[in-house]
Amino acid sequence: MTTIDLDATKFEAEKLFQRKRLIGFGIPAVIAVYFVYIFFAFDLPGLAGRANLENAVTLASDSWSHKVHVTRDNRSGDVTYAVEGERKGTYPEGQRPDWVRGDEVIAIDLGGDIIVRYLPDNRTEIEIPGFQLIEAQAEGRTVTTNLPDDLPDWVSASDRRVGITTPEGRITLTGARTEVFNYFPGWELFWFTLDSPYYGQSLATILFGDQIDPARGNITGAVSDWWNNAMWRHKDVAWAIGETILMAFLGTMGAAIIALPLGFLAAKRFSPLMLVRAATRRLFDFVRGVDALIWTVVLARAFGPGPLTGALAILITDTGTFGKIFSEALENVDQKQIEGVASTGAKPLQRYRFGVIPQIVPVLLAQILYFLESNTRSATIIGAITGGGIGLMLTQAIQTQKDWEEVAYYISLIIAMVMFMDWFSGWLRGKLIGRKT
Amino acid sequence: MADISLSGAPHQVDGIQASYMAQLQRRRLYGGLTLLIFVVLMVSGFNVADDRNAGGFWEGLHQIGDYPADVLSEAWEKRADLPALIAKYFPALVETINIAAVSTLIGAIGGLFLSLLGTRGLAQWPRLIPLFRRISDFMRAVPEIVIALVLIFVLGGGPVPAMIAIAIHTAGALAKMFSEVSENTDLKAVEGLASTGTTWSQRMLLGVLPQVAPNYVSYTLLRFEINIRASAILGFVGAGGLGYELRNAMAWGPGRFDEAAAIFILLFGTIVFFDQVSSRYRNRLTEGQGQ
Repeated sequence: MTTIDLDATKFEAEKLFQRKRLIGFGIPAVIAVYFVYIFFAFDLPGLAGRANLENAVTLASDSWSHKVHVTRDNRSGDVTYAVEGERKGTYPEGQRPDWVRGDEVIAIDLGGDIIVRYLPDNRTEIEIPGFQLIEAQAEGRTVTTNLPDDLPDWVSASDRRVGITTPEGRITLTGARTEVFNYFPGWELFWFTLDSPYYGQSLATILFGDQIDPARGNITGAVSDWWNNAMWRHKDVAWAIGETILMAFLGTMGAAIIALPLGFLAAKRFSPLMLVRAATRRLFDFVRGVDALIWTVVLARAFGPGPLTGALAILITDTGTFGKIFSEALENVDQKQIEGVASTGAKPLQRYRFGVIPQIVPVLLAQILYFLESNTRSATIIGAITGGGIGLMLTQAIQTQKDWEEVAYYISLIIAMVMFMDWFSGWLRGKLIGRKT
Repeated sequence: MADISLSGAPHQVDGIQASYMAQLQRRRLYGGLTLLIFVVLMVSGFNVADDRNAGGFWEGLHQIGDYPADVLSEAWEKRADLPALIAKYFPALVETINIAAVSTLIGAIGGLFLSLLGTRGLAQWPRLIPLFRRISDFMRAVPEIVIALVLIFVLGGGPVPAMIAIAIHTAGALAKMFSEVSENTDLKAVEGLASTGTTWSQRMLLGVLPQVAPNYVSYTLLRFEINIRASAILGFVGAGGLGYELRNAMAWGPGRFDEAAAIFILLFGTIVFFDQVSSRYRNRLTEGQGQ
């Protein structure tokens, strides 16, 4: 009897071990096979061909540096100096960077003993240590140079276009214009554009020094020039972040307000009619299942692009999520407290107010605040689709493919915004319902 | 003694009542003020959002149904084509699900390490706990779209940028949820294993993982649901899959609404299906665990 029992137990145990072993090796094996399938389904071997490393390098270097363009128009002979080559960053008449000298012959000192000279009659001389003196002549649509046939890989030359890349800067020559790009670290013009009188002034001068602009006080003038900076658009960026947070706030709070009464309708304890309960639950499932993406698309047709559309898309999707969470919380309320309130002669509404609400408020607030933080992230994404907020500014800056320092700026702002909302919702939760144990 | 208490009692009760009423009034005042601030914020926020929107709320309200009605009526007219269209977009759906699945898997593995290394009592290098926590906070804070857009620029369109972007965010989000669970693990098993001279990975694998696996799997399934939605949305900004097809179909405008309808149906069906499946399994995994 005991031996048979023992055998059976042993057999059972062995079967159990075998099953565990199978799971232990089977699941990693299945995951590995899946990764192999994905490797080919996503065409990872072909990725190297599609990837553009040059883009990556531009992105990495441009995001923390800026370049100043020195451009000579070869038809008129005019030389312009502009930060990032943008009209908004152009130096005013009569001003130019201090690394450019000379009037008849304009000598541009790129640093590292590399000197570019714009000579009269559209001639250019480029002095690079350890390399011959490059002489170039632009004529009509062609460029003729004294470059040898076997070029180092940092020079590309044809009769239409010559490009020279040095560690200090880049030089391009075409028939129409000669350009020198001088690179500097940092975000130039972040505080003031060149046309502002406060450009180049130190903080101490602005705060305590003499009045710079006769028409305005130093501090008000400086703040207004910074706020209206055309290059970095601080005002628009601040509005965009405000819009994104507004979308998250309106969407989350609106959803909570709508979902609370609906949650009562979907909870078994408060809604005796099966039909009503089932209908509300299906409604929650439906609005959740349609997903924010489709709601955004549909609502953008009715309301046009903007923050309201994003807020409504978040509101509708989250009504479903909140409704589900709230009704589950309502089903788990403690009946004793309601009975206690009822025993004092409370009417149904008073029973809900004093017997039910105090029980579910902590759950509700915790969920609402958690969603407020997560919806800030969603609002960034929805903004990119529907056209509002910081998400839109980020997509636009990436699509123009040149303002990488602005992209870096927006990305840091977005991360700071999300971290702030994370901290803020945690702080508010701590204030309202006490620290989580 | 008794005399004092007798004469003092009514006075005390009055005092208690008065201070209680004062406290109640103060609480009501604060509650009312909070409510007022909240209402003002909501109303003014709504007005600002309404102002900055291209179309107004009240003008647009009656048009909400127009677009779905157009899409549905056109899809209904061409209902014979729908099965073929659904079959046509099925590969895109598979891509969307694949992006979600792979990024969830990679994110869960990353989150597992981040959480174990960032939990007191379990970490291999206790001094680096704050570092790993900051890393996971940071990964959680970066919205998927930021990484996806930058990677699309470098790697070109397709599923890989979306996959990496979602995986990074998932790792951060799961690391936080995982470490909430692993903070409550019973350290006795780990200590027992340590006494036999096991390495850190053996302690984690044999001592911690069996305790936390149900919750970890449950959170991972929840994340998978969220990631399906995220991967559909990222497709809309150029990362492949169903979202990409949806954008193209919508760009065609009227006449191709049947394609948009087919994609809507696929997306809706997928999300509902995975919601139901995962919530059933999650309930089963966390059964009898208090929550």
